[in-house]
Amino acid sequence: MLTGVRGLSSSSGPRVCIVGGGPAGFYTAQQLLKARQDAAVDIYERLPVPFGLVRFGVAPDHPEVKNVINTFTQTAQHERCSFHGNVNVGKDVTIDELRQAYHAVVLSYGAEGNRSMGIPGEDLPGVFSAKDFVGWYNGLPSNKELHPDLSFETAVILGQGNVALDVARILLAPVEMLKETDITQNALEALAGSKVRRVLIVGRRGPLQIACTIKELREMVNLPNTRADMLPADFEGIAEALKDLPRPRKRLTELMMKAVKEGGDDKAEKCWGLRFFRSPVEVLAGADEKRAAGIRLALNKLEGSGESVRAEVTGQLEDVDCGLIISSIGYKSIPIDPAVPFDPRRAIVPNEMGRVQDTAGLYCSGWVKRGPTGVIATTMNDSFDTARVLIQDMEAGKLDLSVNKPGAQAITALLQTRGVRMVLFSQWEKINAEEEKRGKSLGKAREKLLDVDEMLKIRNVFISIFF
Amino acid sequence: MAAFTAVRAAVSFTQRFVRVSRDCSVCPLYRLNVCTGAAVDGFSAPNRRLPKRAGWVDLLLYSRVNVVFIDRSGQRIPVKARVGDNALHLAHKHGIELEGACEASLACSTCHVYVSSEHYEKLPEPEEREDDMLDMAPMLQENSRLSCQIILTPELDGMELTLPKVTRNFYVDGHVPKPH
Repeated sequence: MLTGVRGLSSSSGPRVCIVGGGPAGFYTAQQLLKARQDAAVDIYERLPVPFGLVRFGVAPDHPEVKNVINTFTQTAQHERCSFHGNVNVGKDVTIDELRQAYHAVVLSYGAEGNRSMGIPGEDLPGVFSAKDFVGWYNGLPSNKELHPDLSFETAVILGQGNVALDVARILLAPVEMLKETDITQNALEALAGSKVRRVLIVGRRGPLQIACTIKELREMVNLPNTRADMLPADFEGIAEALKDLPRPRKRLTELMMKAVKEGGDDKAEKCWGLRFFRSPVEVLAGADEKRAAGIRLALNKLEGSGESVRAEVTGQLEDVDCGLIISSIGYKSIPIDPAVPFDPRRAIVPNEMGRVQDTAGLYCSGWVKRGPTGVIATTMNDSFDTARVLIQDMEAGKLDLSVNKPGAQAITALLQTRGVRMVLFSQWEKINAEEEKRGKSLGKAREKLLDVDEMLKIRNVFISIFF
Repeated sequence: MAAFTAVRAAVSFTQRFVRVSRDCSVCPLYRLNVCTGAAVDGFSAPNRRLPKRAGWVDLLLYSRVNVVFIDRSGQRIPVKARVGDNALHLAHKHGIELEGACEASLACSTCHVYVSSEHYEKLPEPEEREDDMLDMAPMLQENSRLSCQIILTPELDGMELTLPKVTRNFYVDGHVPKPH
């Protein structure tokens, strides 16, 4: 199937370039293709493989969430869409070069950095960002050498969002639950030999401010062979506040209260607990000063009310012994190109409803536009919004569509002269088939390729046997 | 074939008719001798008095379910469906803008709809997993459901499914929907 060959037709419709092949990029493309029958959309992605956090962020034991890949595949296979992997925008090609070749450029490159705790000892061995830990078990090539040491009994996770709960669940889940998923083989083996038995998930504020959603909390409560270890003192006054809460917050809080009350099977080997009103102030090194052996937490009290409740220090401190510390306090976007405005305080590209500030023809969607929160559905709605705004601008004449733009033809020619080895969607499909094949022999959904060079080699392999 | 069409027309006619008049003698079904007595209890219960030879007539009478989708711009899109149809698949078949990202596996909330109140009561209670996903849907209301979990039954005839207006562009006052 000649998915990639498209540029020979002299199309006079709008040509749009999307930077980033994750959910934001694909949903923006989907909406553009639907709204304009003459639009051609090209997606550029830094990795050889598409799908972004759907592939590298969603937990291995949440395969249904990844069903959205089928929709994205349909978009990529659309005759007016083409995917170009292994292209590093900002390095292999600049934003200005893209803007010259396309009528509009949409930035959908997400958040590849993480917020740091900003405390002493943060760089000691044994401390990881949740982004890297998740990347490790999900096969992100840049995290394949993480080698987290899982030989300690207690792990402390800072942050209480869905990512924190995913990490806790993967650390404590029975290996049987993971061994048929698409978790990487080396992560699976490391977890099978893990000595981690207790995971504390720590938040600055109180139970009513917890950022995770009920599905993930329920999965912790129902985790086999584990019990919940909560501090009833953290929940003072919560029962009385229940009746005034909106439904989602109420159900979530009720589930937490149930976990506090019931605790779980005392004979359970493993335990997990939520700890509230605590902020990390220092990672404590062990006697040999070589690695993390504990964490010092400051106790907080809450000031304010409603949405603007904030944590204030009380001066009290608490030390927790632990050998694995995972900081899950948020991802962070980084600037891609000096030509693009960037707000370093909010770590997003400044924009008005998706139109990049002071830059005609440049748009953004997804986390780089709004900040790194929300699930796939949130990004979907947001991407649809940006696409609609772009279409509006086309129809209002704000983008000069009368000028013919060369689109992918010009860019791929440029990339070739620069020695960039692009991966087309049909070539991703070969990589995909290889991963499924390797997975099958291990009894798993897939075994992800961890090495970019290996991915590039596979893309050229001609599959002569179809089965 | 003509009789088939006639009876089909008669069914929808009768459904409207029975609310107005209880006079069997003017009803086409009675005249065509295919009345099943369903009109007697006003088409409100699935366990109706069935004739001894229940067959294709019953299929005609009870399998058709009319549903109206109201899209994000307020446009009404009436759709003819059948008992057993899945509301999300029905929407896709008719080009209604319901995403269904997780393909009906209760792992997202993109097929969120509001159900007309008199039909909302007739739906079976949502399972816990559906409620958990609904909690994440923006603009949740009392009559919110995930359309991938709605299977059409005869008593849902006339149901209206409204798509929530979730886009930010809609909020001209700059209101930002809550994350998650």
